Amino acid sequence: MTDSTHDTGSESAQPHRNLFQSLELDTRLLGMIGAFILIAIGFSIATGGNFLTPRNIFNLTVQTVSVAIMATGMVFVIVTRNIDLSVGALLAICSAVVAIMQTRWLPGVIGIELGSPFIAPLAVLSGLVVGTAIGALNGALVGYQAIPAFIVTLGGFLVWRYAGWFLTDGQTIAPLDRNFILLGGAEGTLGEFWSWVVGIVASIAAVWAVYIARRNRIAHDFPTKPLWAEFTIGGVFVAAILGFVATLNAYNIPKGKLRRMFEARGEVMPEGFTQGHGLPISVLILIAVAVVMTIVAKKTRLGRYIFATGGNPDAAELSGINTRLLTVKVFAIMGFLCGLSAIVAQARLQAHTTDIGTLDELRVIAAAVIGGTALAGGAGTIYGAILGALIMQSLTSGMGMVGVDSPLQNIVVGAVLVFAVWVDIVYRRKTGDV
Amino acid sequence: MTTPLLEMKNISIHFGGIKAVDDVSISLMPGEVVGLLGHNGAGKSTLIKILSGAYHADEGEIFVDGKKVQINNPRDARAQNIETIYQTLALADNLDAASNLFLGRELTTPLGLVDDARMEAEARKIMARLNPNFKRFSEPVRSLSGGQRQSVAIARAVYFNARILIMDEPTAALGVHETAMVADLIKELKAQGLGIFLISHDTREMMELCDRVSVMKNGKMIGNERVEDVTEDDILSMIIMGKNPKRDAA
Repeated sequence: MTDSTHDTGSESAQPHRNLFQSLELDTRLLGMIGAFILIAIGFSIATGGNFLTPRNIFNLTVQTVSVAIMATGMVFVIVTRNIDLSVGALLAICSAVVAIMQTRWLPGVIGIELGSPFIAPLAVLSGLVVGTAIGALNGALVGYQAIPAFIVTLGGFLVWRYAGWFLTDGQTIAPLDRNFILLGGAEGTLGEFWSWVVGIVASIAAVWAVYIARRNRIAHDFPTKPLWAEFTIGGVFVAAILGFVATLNAYNIPKGKLRRMFEARGEVMPEGFTQGHGLPISVLILIAVAVVMTIVAKKTRLGRYIFATGGNPDAAELSGINTRLLTVKVFAIMGFLCGLSAIVAQARLQAHTTDIGTLDELRVIAAAVIGGTALAGGAGTIYGAILGALIMQSLTSGMGMVGVDSPLQNIVVGAVLVFAVWVDIVYRRKTGDV
Repeated sequence: MTTPLLEMKNISIHFGGIKAVDDVSISLMPGEVVGLLGHNGAGKSTLIKILSGAYHADEGEIFVDGKKVQINNPRDARAQNIETIYQTLALADNLDAASNLFLGRELTTPLGLVDDARMEAEARKIMARLNPNFKRFSEPVRSLSGGQRQSVAIARAVYFNARILIMDEPTAALGVHETAMVADLIKELKAQGLGIFLISHDTREMMELCDRVSVMKNGKMIGNERVEDVTEDDILSMIIMGKNPKRDAA
């Protein structure tokens, strides 16, 4: 109970456990959530409560998706001691391909009728294929040719955006396919009923995951958390999921838009009818990406090798891991996620513009780094990167709502990035956690 | 004569203009401990890195059980049940003991996901044998002491039924008690019929643990003697002078 700095190395029985240790929560995650709550409360006060309305939370979520998707991939890139400066440019060329695909090539060259239900899936597929291919090329140059990732992707930063520019002759492409636009956010939501279904299924899955983890540890006679801690964590998960769904459901679709939706189906809107937006499809995509990427990181060999290589590349190599091929895979995943982000971003803007995704590379790297990814490699989490993206977007949107000019917004975001990393370094030094 | 467990014949490797290993041959019988001695830069570590697949020899052949084998990378070496404990330990510091133990050879569930629980259980089993005090299974190995890290590296080499074990300065970072534990382990593994290459600067330790000592200098093999035929002074003069006193006398 005295000064505990001297027995950090002790392995004697059970040390005294405080609340957080019993819950076995990541203190860095708690810090980020704390920072996010502070930002939310601060802006809420500054905007007279407008920051935390369902409408703004909905918009904030939708605006975060594109950067957050890429940030999950950037975690892997940075964990393997690389960097990708080309993600914004990759997003731009993927967006160009997707836009041209749905407006020119599919209808004009292949002869699929405009408005056909096949257009959106094929356009999406093309974006994902192009993104993955360019990512794999980046990875091959880094992994097999040993060109530093910084240089490969700095080159790519110029090459791919302007390759996209040539594809579209620098023109904005709109309007887009009607089904495709559903992937962007406000235009494509699940509605209240299905949002609750998703929320309840997700809650059950979360509780199930907690239960399975505990059962596994008991089966192997490993130490377990106290039961109350498990219940608390399960409870927090369920409350967060259902609270999020309730909030998005509380944001009603505007009357005029609702009436048009009824008219499109040839019906008349009943008097006094209201309908909440619910979960946007783009947010579901982000959640799916987060779940899959977390499983890859924690539960697959690929993920294990990514972290091992980041921790000690020589050890990974000596353990028989093909670190070159691993680099290709990591960049290919990054490219795939850029393709996915391109689709979401373009559908949200309802147009392809040549400047789409400009400066996204910096936002994505910042999100990953604010989320606790160490540039020295070997450490980082998917949820951290997503939270990092959310914090950055909250700052930008919040300042916009308060009326801060955009030059000042950039100054603040830049300062926050440096500050967050500094806090992280101090924290790591204190805990001896490198 | 039984066939040697391992033979490396006429091995050479160049780095730029330097011959790091120059026409070296060495063999290992089952249950034999062979000590590799020499100054820093004598070529010991390079020689064993050829065997463990980290380097590829320019010339020479490797035979396991009398059969010629190709070792082009660490995976090939592992496939021949050749395991290595590197001087640097080669641990991923950000991962826990079990992840390091199984690195590159993870146990998986039927779904193909890594089975952390089973790996930790196996790690606990082998650590109970190697280092019963080891309890810190959920921490990254960077927070472990030198001895604990060493036992993780040893566990990794021993767990997978090694037949040929390479130990590069296994006791360099250890205290007296832990050094004794490693010595006991070497004797135990020897009794199980493993062939062991031991690299160390501690001549006395080598005289105690090894059946034979091989001395290298400037990439060349100077002498290869049974320990009962030489004195510590003989070995030292081979290391320093690069001459084999016994052979010179004859």
